[in-house]
Order: sequence, then structure tokens, then C-alpha cells
Amino acid sequence: MALPIEEIKKLITSSIPDASIEIKDLMGDNNHYSAIIKSKMFNGLSRIDQHKLVYKSLKGRMGNELHALSIVTEEK
Amino acid sequence: MEIKEKIKNLINANDVCLFMKGTPDAPQCGFSMAVSNALKHLKVNFNGINVLEDENLRQGIKEFSDWPTIPQLYIKSEFIGGCDIVKEMFEKGELKTLLEEKKLI
Repeated sequence: MALPIEEIKKLITSSIPDASIEIKDLMGDNNHYSAIIKSKMFNGLSRIDQHKLVYKSLKGRMGNELHALSIVTEEK
Repeated sequence: MEIKEKIKNLINANDVCLFMKGTPDAPQCGFSMAVSNALKHLKVNFNGINVLEDENLRQGIKEFSDWPTIPQLYIKSEFIGGCDIVKEMFEKGELKTLLEEKKLI
């Protein structure tokens, strides 16, 4: 039930190729992360749609094996 | 009643509607607690709906909003976001402004 940081980054960049991603493992347990993600693909989108792009890149893992990934999205 | 209809009725009947794990007085997840506390801090009346009491609702709300996580906040029937977005809006003062604009505080 855990997803390593490199795996998360790979999933995100497969859908959002220009993403700059900073991920912190908050508890050191591969299960509670916070991420700051910057991409040109976010430009002009609402926060909801920016977060949806990230969730979609994680292909159903969010809310399942990935319980705690808090995200902040920024335009590039 | 279909779950979609039930959700529509809930968000139409409550100006500020929070789908959460647990209740505002006894949240059962840190993310739900964070959003509930932000709303309490702004002294806005809201209805906290415990999705843990209804598995259909727990799944249904994710499909309804195309959003994979709970909590989910609706204001005047509009989906505002999950914990991260609400927290960011709260910290930047945007949540207060929105509630004031909607004449809810």
C-alpha cells in the first residue's frame, strides 16, 4: 500500500512532461507525501482542473494505495 | 433514490456542504478535520455529511465531482475543492472573501 517517490514522479511526468516536481515524504513511510508541481499545462486552468490533471496522471492510485498526497500546483 | 439525485438534493439544500469522514465535532480523518476547522474558524454555518455512514455516498460523491478524495466542499451547489485547495484558499483569505461575496458570513 505504498508508492515510492520515484514512481509518483514517473507517473506525473508521463502525463505532464514539463512538470517540475518537488515531493517530500512527510513521515518517512512512503505513504504521506506533499508535492509542489509546476507546469505550463496548468496555465489558465482553475485550481480544481489543475489538481484533476495531477490526479488523472496518477491513474486511479489517488485515494487508494496513495492515501495522503497533498498537492500544490503552480503555473510555469 | 439514485445517489446522484441524493447528492444534488444535499448540495442544493445546504449553502455550505462538506462531505467528510466523520462529523464536524468528531472528524475521523486529519484532512476532513482541517477543512471543518477552517469553516468553523470563519464562523460559517455548514452541514457536515459523514460519508463513512453510507458506502454508496462515499463512492458516489467521487464520481459526481470527478474527484478522487474526501473531504469535498460545496458552496451554493458549486464544487470548491478538496483539502489542499480549501487550505490554500483559507490561508490566502480567498475562502473568507468567497463566503462574504455569497453573503454566508
